[in-house]
Amino acid sequence: MKHPQTHRKNQIGVIAAAALGVSSLFYSPFGGTEEGDQYLRPDIVPAPANNQMTPDRVELGKILFFDPRMSGSNWISCATCHNPALAWSDGLPTAIGVGMKTLPRATPTVLNTAYNRIQMWDGRAPTLEDQATGPIVSPDEMDQNLDDLVKELSAIPGYKELFEKAYPGEGINKQTIGKAIASFERTVVSSEAPFDKWRKGDKNAISESAKRGFTIFEGKANCAACHQGFNFVDNGFHNIGLKKTSDMEDEGRFAHRKVKVLKGAFKTPTLRDIALTAPYMHNGAYRTLEEVVDHYDRGGDAKDNLDPNIKPLNLSAQEKTDLVAFLKTLTGKHTAITVPKLPN
Amino acid sequence: MVMSHLKKAGLLLLVTWMPLSHAAEYEIGQQNKSFVNNGQKIEQFKIKAGDTIRFKNHDPFFHNIFSLSELKTFDLGSFPKGDSRTVTFDKKGTVDIECAIHPQMQLKLEVE
Repeated sequence: MKHPQTHRKNQIGVIAAAALGVSSLFYSPFGGTEEGDQYLRPDIVPAPANNQMTPDRVELGKILFFDPRMSGSNWISCATCHNPALAWSDGLPTAIGVGMKTLPRATPTVLNTAYNRIQMWDGRAPTLEDQATGPIVSPDEMDQNLDDLVKELSAIPGYKELFEKAYPGEGINKQTIGKAIASFERTVVSSEAPFDKWRKGDKNAISESAKRGFTIFEGKANCAACHQGFNFVDNGFHNIGLKKTSDMEDEGRFAHRKVKVLKGAFKTPTLRDIALTAPYMHNGAYRTLEEVVDHYDRGGDAKDNLDPNIKPLNLSAQEKTDLVAFLKTLTGKHTAITVPKLPN
Repeated sequence: MVMSHLKKAGLLLLVTWMPLSHAAEYEIGQQNKSFVNNGQKIEQFKIKAGDTIRFKNHDPFFHNIFSLSELKTFDLGSFPKGDSRTVTFDKKGTVDIECAIHPQMQLKLEVE
């Protein structure tokens, strides 16, 4: 896909921009670069300078992710809700927490969170490192006191060794727990999907219906106003006009940023592996992708603070079928994962 | 002749004096989910007290520029491609400006 002239232009642009001390703007509004196909996965998984990925860090994070001793009850692990057999979610409309309490929001998949520039449905965690310890201490979720957790893990010789190997001299604490889990989560990335093969030139990788669906996705249905780039997110927050599924008023992002447009706004979720992550939406309102497409075709239901990108679409039955066919091409092959042995 | 020279000098004085007395207007675009000035991505910008910034959306989706900074609190609401909104900054200090929809869009404005 690389065009030699484009590549040269970009190189010159980058050098010129670097000389001026500014960033280059040679990329599309939807988040990709002109050099590569914006819909294909970047070669590098981003990680912060103070937590570069190493095999020891990933292995420690994986063990912590599967260890139920991370919860107050010693019964719930990260993997209880973010189950790799269920596309790193739980298959439920909304999560179930401590004491079998039904929580107000759906469990988001861990898949491709490595590429998010902000974490959680309401964006309350800026990084994966911050996010990782959130559910552990939440009284509704894993209900664990962090000081107690550090004491518990420190009393397990196997963990002392693993932490020392992964983060020499840093000890067992909130930071190293968060960093290790984040390192593991950065390995949970989407595999090549039929859509990617098509983008790379295999004309038969997806159906004609799916190809039409992609045109509708970018055009008439305007899905790409929010679902952009290879991960199909804009790292943004939108009120998409969902009906309430319970009596609870969920203000979403507004709880953290008091700006009117954010009342009832939630983070745009990835569409990668979307066929595997039903039910859909932050409140689990829809069981099928057909129901999701119908929602957007109606232009949403609750319109008191509706995102202005959302409008009735007047899609035909065929167009809806095509759109769903396209969405299903974003699901890659299942990546097998081995469950780790927990240390004693 | 003398009067003519004086008039010209006066005109010259007026021309050089005018820009000093009038506040400037700068355009800051929203493009590729970034703040841009003259086509370049910016994260900081300096203006003088009394200057105005015109925020113009170049992206094919809505932006919603706001600030909750004490110096200047505003919410321009959501506006589409091609539309713009202006804000005048009267007081000296720092204003943190963001897009509510796309929080990675952040601009630190120094008002001198």
